[in-house]
Amino acid sequence: MPLISRGFQGRGREGPADRIPPGQHLVDDFPVLSAGPTPHTPLEEWTFTIEGGAEPVRWTWDEFQALPSDGVTVDIHCVTKWSKLDTFWEGVSVDTLLEHVDYDSEYLLAYSDGGYTTNLPLEHVTDGKAWVAYSYGGEPLEPEHGGPARLLVPHLYFWKSAKWVRGLRLRDEDGPGFWESNGYHILGDPWLEQRYWGD
Amino acid sequence: MAGTAVLGRLTWLAAEIVGSVDETARVRTLLLEADGWEGHRAGQHLDVRLTADDGYQAERSYSIASAPGEQLTITVEQLPNGEVSPWLVEVAGDGDRFELRGPIGGYFVWEDDGRPVLLIGGGSGVVPLMSMIRSASGSARMRLLYSSRTLDDVIYREELMERDGNGVEVVYTLTRAQPPGWTGYSRRIDIDLLRQVAWPASDQPHVFICGSTRFVDAAADGLVALGYPPRSIRTERFGATG
Repeated sequence: MPLISRGFQGRGREGPADRIPPGQHLVDDFPVLSAGPTPHTPLEEWTFTIEGGAEPVRWTWDEFQALPSDGVTVDIHCVTKWSKLDTFWEGVSVDTLLEHVDYDSEYLLAYSDGGYTTNLPLEHVTDGKAWVAYSYGGEPLEPEHGGPARLLVPHLYFWKSAKWVRGLRLRDEDGPGFWESNGYHILGDPWLEQRYWGD
Repeated sequence: MAGTAVLGRLTWLAAEIVGSVDETARVRTLLLEADGWEGHRAGQHLDVRLTADDGYQAERSYSIASAPGEQLTITVEQLPNGEVSPWLVEVAGDGDRFELRGPIGGYFVWEDDGRPVLLIGGGSGVVPLMSMIRSASGSARMRLLYSSRTLDDVIYREELMERDGNGVEVVYTLTRAQPPGWTGYSRRIDIDLLRQVAWPASDQPHVFICGSTRFVDAAADGLVALGYPPRSIRTERFGATG
């Protein structure tokens, strides 16, 4: 029996219940969460690398733009409690990227400019579950939201959608990335409210 | 990261409000008792959960304002169109109860290792920095750069006046209006202001910046331009989360 707070009404009960995970509320704007300064890597210096396969595969910005891309409309859920519905992104699916890699791994560590990392099981980024996105709302992705490119893994809390992503390191065992080492859940399924260690 | 790693589940605890302080017209500090609370480190936050009598629940996160080991307090700014903050700031009184869990966050945390500490807060972004100021033993060189709109918006005003010069130096900037005779800064934080206030990067300060996204980006970008290594700068950004 939860403790009832006297006089609290709540403004919520808004939005479709089957699209808002427990403890989340809707926002219209796009709040920003990051642990340090915003990196500004020039596109001519930007590369994207997948390592840990038979040999590393690397794309320049222009090569990356030439890869087949998807446009996806998804709901996103931040561990800081906001959810945003029907966000539109364009980018390259992780499936498409992995077609270029000879690998036999079950986990990966995504790494970013600024030193940020996050861990993911491969099964959570394949079969149309994840993208490296470079456009949001039809515009190039702004640096404060992770541009030039960020990971997009919308079915997990949004810290898994690493901003400023520069590569994926395939590996045989799982292990915590940045926020996962700092109290946040190793997987982060919003529908199971896996926010913190032990959830 | 070393420290009080909480490996078990952070369970919801019943919290009771045992006192409050009106800091400004829209900002209030709540003194809390919560059986089972195991303490925190300076800079961490906690989750608040309110339940309505029809079972509807809302959760938000709030920074902890108290020093580790002291009575637990949070300081809450009432946001326009907020859902949880209006209850905490305007409705709740002594004896009212809600649920909380935490502490949360292992990164925006200060532990004294002898290096100087630069704290930069915008508006209610000063709250987690206040936990650091209150926990300082006086051995560390600590400086707070605090940006508010007006003097009336300055949170912890009297306590900061008392502490200024006693373990922490406080530098204010008032961005919207200044009282007559104001001797502090009068503009948004920019690189020239940072150059005057921040220690040289060669002193290797720890930096903690908390405020709105725009505020945090301006301060962090300025320090990077002044030669601060990005990794020495820890940020906490407040979205509009009500």
